[in-house]
Amino acid sequence: MNNFDVIIIGAGVIGSLVARELSRYQISVLLIERNSDVGSGTSAANSALVHAGYDPIPGSLKAELNVRGNRMWDKLAAELDVDFKRCGDYVVSIGAEELPALDILLEQGKRNGVPGLQLISSDEIKRRIPLLNPDASGALFAPSAGVCDTFAVTIAAAENAVENGVKLLLNTAFEGFIIDSGRITGIHTNRGDFHARWVVNATGVYADDVMHQAGVRPEFRIVPRRGEYCILDPDSFKIDTVLFPVPSEKGKGVLIFTTTHGNTVIGPTSEFVADKEDKAITPVGQEYLTANMNKLMPSIDLRWTIATFAGLRASGNAVCKNPMTDYRADFIVEKADEIEGLINCAGIESPGLSASPAIAARVVEILQETGIGLNEKADWNPQRKRRPVPKHMPDADRQRLIERDPRYGRIICRCEEVTEGEIVAEIHAPIPALTYDAIKRRTWTGTGRCQGGFDMTRVVEILARETGLSPMEICKNEPGSAFLSRASKKAEVS
Amino acid sequence: MNLTELFDVIVIGAGPAGLAAGIAAREQGCDRVLIIDRDIEAGGILQQCVHSGFGLETFKEDLPGPSYAQRFIDQAKAAGVNFLLDTMVLNVTRDFQVTVSGARIGLKVLNAKAVVLAMGCRERSRAQIRVPGTRPAGVYTAGTAQRWVNIDGLMPGKRFVILGSGDIGMIMARRLTLEGAEVARVVEIMPYLSGLSRNLVQCLQDYDIPLFLNHTVSRIYGNRRVEAVEVSAVDGQRNPLPGTAERIECDTLLLSVGLIPENELTRKAGVKMDQRIGGPVVDNTYSTSVPGLFVAGNVVHVYDLVDYVSQAGTKAGRSAADFVHGRWLGLQKTIPVQGGAEVRSVVPQLICPESLKTEEIVLQLRVSSPLERSVEIVVQAPDDTIIAKRRLPYARPGEMVSISIPSDAYNLAAKAERLIVSLV
Repeated sequence: MNNFDVIIIGAGVIGSLVARELSRYQISVLLIERNSDVGSGTSAANSALVHAGYDPIPGSLKAELNVRGNRMWDKLAAELDVDFKRCGDYVVSIGAEELPALDILLEQGKRNGVPGLQLISSDEIKRRIPLLNPDASGALFAPSAGVCDTFAVTIAAAENAVENGVKLLLNTAFEGFIIDSGRITGIHTNRGDFHARWVVNATGVYADDVMHQAGVRPEFRIVPRRGEYCILDPDSFKIDTVLFPVPSEKGKGVLIFTTTHGNTVIGPTSEFVADKEDKAITPVGQEYLTANMNKLMPSIDLRWTIATFAGLRASGNAVCKNPMTDYRADFIVEKADEIEGLINCAGIESPGLSASPAIAARVVEILQETGIGLNEKADWNPQRKRRPVPKHMPDADRQRLIERDPRYGRIICRCEEVTEGEIVAEIHAPIPALTYDAIKRRTWTGTGRCQGGFDMTRVVEILARETGLSPMEICKNEPGSAFLSRASKKAEVS
Repeated sequence: MNLTELFDVIVIGAGPAGLAAGIAAREQGCDRVLIIDRDIEAGGILQQCVHSGFGLETFKEDLPGPSYAQRFIDQAKAAGVNFLLDTMVLNVTRDFQVTVSGARIGLKVLNAKAVVLAMGCRERSRAQIRVPGTRPAGVYTAGTAQRWVNIDGLMPGKRFVILGSGDIGMIMARRLTLEGAEVARVVEIMPYLSGLSRNLVQCLQDYDIPLFLNHTVSRIYGNRRVEAVEVSAVDGQRNPLPGTAERIECDTLLLSVGLIPENELTRKAGVKMDQRIGGPVVDNTYSTSVPGLFVAGNVVHVYDLVDYVSQAGTKAGRSAADFVHGRWLGLQKTIPVQGGAEVRSVVPQLICPESLKTEEIVLQLRVSSPLERSVEIVVQAPDDTIIAKRRLPYARPGEMVSISIPSDAYNLAAKAERLIVSLV
């Protein structure tokens, strides 16, 4: 059965949420992902923020979908049982010369429909954030901003979609469109052809390449913009809000916030790169982080770093379709003009995660308008429950869980207190976690201060045992990333 | 073993420090002594240290790590020490409640009259030294590779570059070579070796593995698996020198860039810490700032020889027994010991001069830079009165040195408000 009503290419946060939205209707949906796991591209390496929406240019699609998406997060997080905290954020101006920037943002925010924006005095912001640079001249407070667990959102959305009948194929790469009489009727992949009435392009940094294969918007181009981050030791410093500097042409700047998991994150940098896979950490980037972070909080020391990572923003050059707005880096969420059967989600850089529920809703609206016929299922279940996390359970519940399955007593990752039971549960989940990184994103194994020093050998052993694979076949993420090369001499002889 | 009844002493960690502490507590008349460890067998990291070089001080024999550990395990079992293995300690309170989690025993709170913390140390990771480049598979700490090779019988790669000249890195260079892998080079950012000189000879020079001092890995290449690393010479501030970069093909980068005392439980218990070392401030009984919470081994500071770890364990175990029996001296007046010229760190940071009435007090220290000349360790009072001194042919950061304050220095030490130890 290779025929579907809709095929979604790319299981990042956009593709997974589109799949979930479509799973409520009586249509067949295929979600394909070229990587070995959902949410392993840009969705796995970003600031995990749900922006309020004062930053995008008024009138842009970014502004509209950001503000609309922001309002959808409480319900989404509750249904998918993922961490989301509406903690608010501050844009902090340093020195008198930055102060006017706050007024511009306030005005923009009002025009975008952001609720509750407030200008805060220098004294008040320093009272609220004691470690702030004493030269802070004021701040804009946006109470509707929040932080989320970006890994969990994508995984939970894809899982909920699968539970509601969406077919997910991992390790399945798009290779071209099947076009019949001027209409896309399917796609070629490394795993054969699949046919569909509609194809949704949600391929992140590759979205331009994919649409160009159908001859769509040849002028549109994505140049990945790399962002490097430092994650600080959870014991070093925490903050219960999000701090931004005043934005520049390079973006929102180096921000400081604490994740829903309790680590403080410093980043990102902003650097255009040629290679769509270039997620390297650079000395220049690290120096940039140090310099810019100190601007807001001089007392933070990047020697508290326990991990560094980089992500790629899918920065595009789409001209805003609103004739009143002069903006050239807008989102594309639209039905292709040049050919029937294709819906593109492209140029989804920040605030893409914030806007993602609204983007998914918009895709459904577009499909509705095509007359595809979306009738709701009677038995659609919007709820997805997270699996047990002993660390967060009351002692008595935790004890009962261990009695039922003793593996929930055995701690595999000491820093993050992750048990064997949690790891095994993810290996056998509806979307199985079959690599080290997949387990890491779901359980936070190896994300603490020893960075896998204790757990790595043990997780490889558990993965091999549970999957029946040889330890030599266990990968960090994609094929070709095996941890081990062969048995040792002694082990070969015995 | 009844886990609900009050223990005299609970020891956390069954490595060399914990084993010695458990044995000593039992020998000093504590009936109920329990050693808890997260691994499925006792011995700690020694179980993966299959190379020789252990026990020259303690047993006057050259033993592999597991054999050294086994002697202590046998002794502990013979002495009636209890073990709780495959169990992680989640928390220790100041009144000796020990929360544990294990597959067999579940989540439990155990109680004791005294606790010895002997969790050892962990390796610094890639992020802590912020090596630039991609994040592929094939970047491991030397200890992770050691566990794979020596415990699981699995090879983590074919061609290696090792960053850091720590002992585990050098030992793994030899081990991997013997296993048929190629070790292209060992690079050390400092101008001197960070491990023991004997390992340079026995593990690198004997196998023609080149060591590059004043060099570092300035970039990692490869999206899925390591494909190469870039090695650069560094300037005096340890920054890579432009124009010196060299690409070395390899599939694995091992890190041997330092060890950090593992003190999460210690910190949670509110113990006063020595920020420079990352271990608790201790007195000469290995007491922390919380009476009844003792510490031993690499949680205090990182040793280079296991024999001294065992000795520290014995001392901490005895102190715990003394505490249980109400004869612990540590509540007497203590005075601080400070590092002076050329001294990076010194342990203990406090001494109780009263102890000198019954025994000498040994100070262990690390120097801040290599002193390739005859040097003298001097312990002085603030008024320059010399309390003790010892001459050494040389002193290097990779090799801990010690000096004992003899019992007959009691009168001098008791008068001093603090002691200063320096190298001249």
